Amino acid sequence: MFATDPPDPTMASSAPAWPPVSFEDRMATVDFRVSSRAHITLDSSVCRGCPAKACIVACPANLFVPTSDGGMLFNYEQCFECGTCYMVCNGEGAISWSYPEGGHGVAFKRS
Amino acid sequence: MTESAASAETDFDIIVVGAGPAGSTAALVAARSGKSVCLIERGTFPGSKNMFGGVIYGRVLDSLIPNWWEQAPVQRWVTRRGTVVMTPTQSLTVDYRSAGWGEAPYNGATAFRPDFDAWLADHAVAAGATLVCSTTVTGVSRDSSGRFSVVSTDRPDGDLSARVVIACDGVNSFIAKDAGLYPHAGDTAHFTLGAKEVLALPREAIEDRFGLVGNEGADLEIIGCTGDIAGGGFIYTNLESIAVGVVLRLSDLAESEHRAEKLIAELKGHPMVAPLVRGAELLEYSAHLIPEGGYDAMPTLGAPGLIISGDAAAFCLGGGLWLEGVNFAIGGGQAAAEVACAGLDRGDDGIGKSMVDDYRSRLEDTFVLADHKKFRNAPGLVLSDRIQFRYPQLVCDLLEGVFRVENPEPKPGLIRLFFRTARKSGLKMRHILVDGWRSARTYG
Ligand SMILES: Cc1cc2nc3c(=O)[nH]c(=O)nc-3n(C[C@H](O)[C@H](O)[C@H](O)COP(=O)(O)OP(=O)(O)OC[C@H]3O[C@@H](n4cnc5c(N)ncnc54)[C@H](O)[C@@H]3O)c2cc1C
Ligand code: SF4
Ligand code: SF4
Repeated sequence: MFATDPPDPTMASSAPAWPPVSFEDRMATVDFRVSSRAHITLDSSVCRGCPAKACIVACPANLFVPTSDGGMLFNYEQCFECGTCYMVCNGEGAISWSYPEGGHGVAFKRS
Repeated sequence: MTESAASAETDFDIIVVGAGPAGSTAALVAARSGKSVCLIERGTFPGSKNMFGGVIYGRVLDSLIPNWWEQAPVQRWVTRRGTVVMTPTQSLTVDYRSAGWGEAPYNGATAFRPDFDAWLADHAVAAGATLVCSTTVTGVSRDSSGRFSVVSTDRPDGDLSARVVIACDGVNSFIAKDAGLYPHAGDTAHFTLGAKEVLALPREAIEDRFGLVGNEGADLEIIGCTGDIAGGGFIYTNLESIAVGVVLRLSDLAESEHRAEKLIAELKGHPMVAPLVRGAELLEYSAHLIPEGGYDAMPTLGAPGLIISGDAAAFCLGGGLWLEGVNFAIGGGQAAAEVACAGLDRGDDGIGKSMVDDYRSRLEDTFVLADHKKFRNAPGLVLSDRIQFRYPQLVCDLLEGVFRVENPEPKPGLIRLFFRTARKSGLKMRHILVDGWRSARTYG
């Protein structure tokens, strides 16, 4: 579902000093105990009228995927529960945000 | 004692929400003073939802857990503290080392929050607190007298009651927001997103690359690595891994093209950083918000029956020279529990509005609010445009001018060099003087 990070032009001159990691592999380093209930839901009709779409770049888990008709696809499963999306979102009522039920969601081990 | 009568009416004397450093400390202190305490955590164990840079400054633990350093799950003791200013191709590091920081009682330690938070919660349990994990608090409501006392959870029949609720539910604190304690909850200029990679490296490689011996550790704080976003970067050494991350102001992130993980990748590719991280493999990627607004962005600290502490109350000190939240959470949690216990002993009057006033003045007397008040202008200064986007270039160019040898051209005098570099940077001398004065006043 996630594309491999494109090569970064600012580093073209030197070979990368670490193994490149695709976003999929990056998220595969994190444990999630996925709940059957979505703790975050989107009203894509609000997104259609949102010019900024700040959520796309701001979400550290890259979970907001714009659709060709101006809407937004969202999957809650690999979410850090950080709160960035509802903080940067200007679309009134676009995001319904809550924590997953107890014992579910992200589980850090070494952070 | 009104206390036992009250306990008969409620499930607990005190319910603490959130088993981070603030909550576990509050539960520990309250349980030790003989109160019945329930500590509720939504993760499967305390710390499983938490991440930070990071370094824990443990002095605040000395009185709570004597000789804590003999048992706390730490990675390395920080003996080297670097402050780095960089541009895409240059860097200047002020590198401070202290042999003393590598010996008891130590100054700061790197740690994993899932380890540290679980350890601190164990102390609360040992003191008699009841820890309930895998349980999300969904709301706190008032009783007929107008006091907050009913804690709802997502468990079946999951309502619990208490005489006092201490909310330590972290930076997003829905308890504080729902209680109306945050007048400007949505102000994205007061919050940053922290994202980091923990990267595996062999012990010897870490010790060689960072110039460390045994379990000494290094801490590098970086300005100038976050593109058009105000913020900073960091590198911390663990025992067999290093943490590399960035901290990004939300208001700028919302308008930027730069993604967090891309900025981390650029930081890792920087000529100063690349040799430190070469070959290191990603172990875990993580992200979390930080309340960095400081003193002037803090909420009201409670309401009858309710007090808030730690990140829930924005106690984290993020003044550029520091990023300290764990120690402020521990200090805040301790004060919250002490005030709540004293209030409970005084009966109904003790846990109303006066409890919140007592809490505030207790905090003003300790480092928690005293430091915040003293450095109330630091967040604004460090995240200001000139410090973030202009001075890194000016400082690096100035050093470049001092150290570059261009004979047979004669060397420029330092004063001339300074004026020349400043002119090139587009900064006005007036601004440099004003910022110098502001910095002296902010940190002085
Ligand atoms: C990237 C980054 C770097 C940092 N670096 C440092 C550093 O180097 N040094 C330092 O001292 N500080 C650092 N901090 C700040 C520090 O992590 C925080 O200030 C500190 O964790 C605050 O502690 P707390 O107990 O208030 O909140 P938290 O640690 O966030 O704990 C809150 C707890 O409440 C639980 N919870 C939340 N809501 C509910 C609910 N509804 N029901 C049940 N449980 C709930 C959570 O699961 C969590 O366990 C950093 C933070 C970040 C993000
Ligand atoms: S910022 Fe909010 S309204 Fe805009 S696209 Fe994202 S979620 Fe939708
Ligand atoms: S809470 Fe954080 S990780 Fe989850 S969707 Fe929102 S921004 Fe992304």
